[in-house]
Amino acid sequence: MATVKVKINNIEVECPSTATVLEAAKLIGIEIPTLCYLKEINAIGACRVCVVEVKGARSLVAACVYPVNDGMEVFTNTQKVRDARRMTLELILSNHRKDCLTCLRNQNCELQKLCIDHGVDRVRFADDNLEPQIECSTAHLVRDNSKCVLCRRCVAVCKKNQDVAVIGANDRGFATHIGSPFERNLGEMACVSCGQCIIVCPTAALTEVDDTAKVYDALADPSKTVVVATAPAVRVALGECFGMPIGTNVEGKMVAALRRLGFDSVFDVDTAADFTVMEEGTELIGRLNSGENLPIITSCSPGWVRYCEQYYPEFIPNLSTCKSPQQMFGALMKVYYAKKLNIDPRDLYVVTIMPCTAKKYEILKPHQQAVDGVFDVDAVLTTRELGRMISNAGLLFKELPDEDFDPAFGISTGAGYIFGTSGGVMEAALRTVVEKLTGEVLDKVDFEEVRGVAGIKEAAYDIAGKQVRVAVVSGLTNTRQLLDDIKAGKVSYDAVEVMACPGGCVNGGGQPIQSGFTQNFNDLRAIRGSALYQGELDTRPLRKAHENPIVQELYRDVIGEPGGKNAHHWLHTKAEARPKYPGLASEQ
Amino acid sequence: MPNTKTTVPFAGTKEQEAQLLEIIAAHKGQAGASMPVLQAAQSLYGYLPEEVQVMIAEELDIPLSEIYGIVSFYSQFTLNPKGKINIAVCMGTACYVRGAGDILDDIAKHTCCQSGSITDDRTVSLEATRCIGACGLAPVLTINDDVYGKLDRGEIEPVIDTYLEKEKGNRA
Repeated sequence: MATVKVKINNIEVECPSTATVLEAAKLIGIEIPTLCYLKEINAIGACRVCVVEVKGARSLVAACVYPVNDGMEVFTNTQKVRDARRMTLELILSNHRKDCLTCLRNQNCELQKLCIDHGVDRVRFADDNLEPQIECSTAHLVRDNSKCVLCRRCVAVCKKNQDVAVIGANDRGFATHIGSPFERNLGEMACVSCGQCIIVCPTAALTEVDDTAKVYDALADPSKTVVVATAPAVRVALGECFGMPIGTNVEGKMVAALRRLGFDSVFDVDTAADFTVMEEGTELIGRLNSGENLPIITSCSPGWVRYCEQYYPEFIPNLSTCKSPQQMFGALMKVYYAKKLNIDPRDLYVVTIMPCTAKKYEILKPHQQAVDGVFDVDAVLTTRELGRMISNAGLLFKELPDEDFDPAFGISTGAGYIFGTSGGVMEAALRTVVEKLTGEVLDKVDFEEVRGVAGIKEAAYDIAGKQVRVAVVSGLTNTRQLLDDIKAGKVSYDAVEVMACPGGCVNGGGQPIQSGFTQNFNDLRAIRGSALYQGELDTRPLRKAHENPIVQELYRDVIGEPGGKNAHHWLHTKAEARPKYPGLASEQ
Repeated sequence: MPNTKTTVPFAGTKEQEAQLLEIIAAHKGQAGASMPVLQAAQSLYGYLPEEVQVMIAEELDIPLSEIYGIVSFYSQFTLNPKGKINIAVCMGTACYVRGAGDILDDIAKHTCCQSGSITDDRTVSLEATRCIGACGLAPVLTINDDVYGKLDRGEIEPVIDTYLEKEKGNRA
């Protein structure tokens, strides 16, 4: 790669010729502050917080988008630069509702940190009368534009990564604000609830709907038995809420914390994921035999399912009819575990901890009730909400002992464990499907081809004399490309795994929020994903879903055959086409 | 300037739709196609209702949020059709300092038509415009093609009433 030499604060640095000033400075340990910049997603140089002096340049330049060139001299810490950044921050604050002490993002706010770092110790141009501008029309998202800094990161991820683009910058000048077309509520738009906008928001303009109060109420209600289960991706991210390094696996401490919060049983959604493998694997084998509705497309990601329903309804027949692991967990709790405890399913309160905001929407969907009139899952908390509950309870997370899940529904295999990263569902399914089709024990269970952070991954396997072509895709823009190619006949597969969020659930919209700077220089998807693969090797001696003793027991004693009558009633659902412009009169 | 969502039901014809599709086809694939298409669509329909913006978004494969962002950014675009009586109050500096803001508010109250919108019966539309270049007449406004300048508060309401009477007569 061609390199150039530049001087930053009189220190010479050699960097790739394609680097920006921001990237070159990082090489010598200088963090140029950013507020709007997100690598490859939002490089618009709009916020002016990253300005630096370049020798010979007419004015200050935005380091995030300014390319280096040979012999360039850059100064990142002159009086002029400091004054300009401070003035910019003061002007942003002039129009920002500063209820920092009671703000959800207090101490995890990029604007707050910038103000501290730049010594903004007073507010000269304050509008102290800003009212909250709350928009909360969905199950998952709260927008408060009184805290918006117009960085447009949310708009950029919604369009570029997720191909949904239900929000944009409306109006002009001082009236500019982020919103949906025709000022519709988000609930009237074809939003997929993925929450990717939340994890890039530098302030508290975008937050999840907080359901902790519901859960506290249930925990305090003596008539309720409250069970909780955690999604695979939560255990490799929750530690970030307590300052632990990205990718720390805190499974044992997480279980201990949940037990101390008062949940009656602490279970694992991984176990339910093993059931998903059984059902989806059976479905795949059935479709391979009949040749109908191929490729089968996974249905674990509610953001993806909603995208399919709204934007690609022609692929609904291809969707697996399986419920997601979360919904399978809830269903088995309500039909099986309630009976085992000899209680009314209505008195069994099911909580899941999810890396996902779309899960809050999923529990309210139709056809998600294994027991008629009873929701499979009663409340969904994101990883962040659980982090807050742990802090509320005064639990010193890092000092907690490592505990095990409750055995009744807490034994899982490596198959369910890797569901949390892009490629995991496909790999887990292949481990079981290959054994079922060949009738032989599979020795090598690692399907490396479907691992990693690439947006679209492909592989073909010879299974029992038959070629099975698979694709794994994450991020909805990548998904759109793949679906368009399938429609155009350019590619052809037997099975496709889709995860709405880039990198899969480890990078879900409910995960702990890392600053833009951290995201720009660390691949969260890769770090958290690797932690799952390593965790599987370290903690899951069984690696195939069908080897799970709970799976074997429940199919034998309660459910019957995978894909059978009970399985269909309890563990399957159906998708339905929904309008792309739900707010439009002609669609109503 | 507020550009409020229309309350008038969409009344586009099949012919207009065919013309719009032709316009879009002529620009499809060009970089920056949205501006010329929106301009042509506005001259075709007189305004840019949601139905038209959705058609443009779908045909050009540009998200509706982006199309609406453009429409709400530029003051040349309007979300509301013009009424039979279109009142445009100049908000240029000279007119503004001579009280155009109050006059605009008065007219909104008098006609029950918010600035940037149209009455449900499509009779009156009201807009706040940029400088129309008649600063010597400040504060100035136009009603359809007629210019009224050097206005004091209270003077324009009787004038508007004559337009309303005439419109009522036309309908009867």
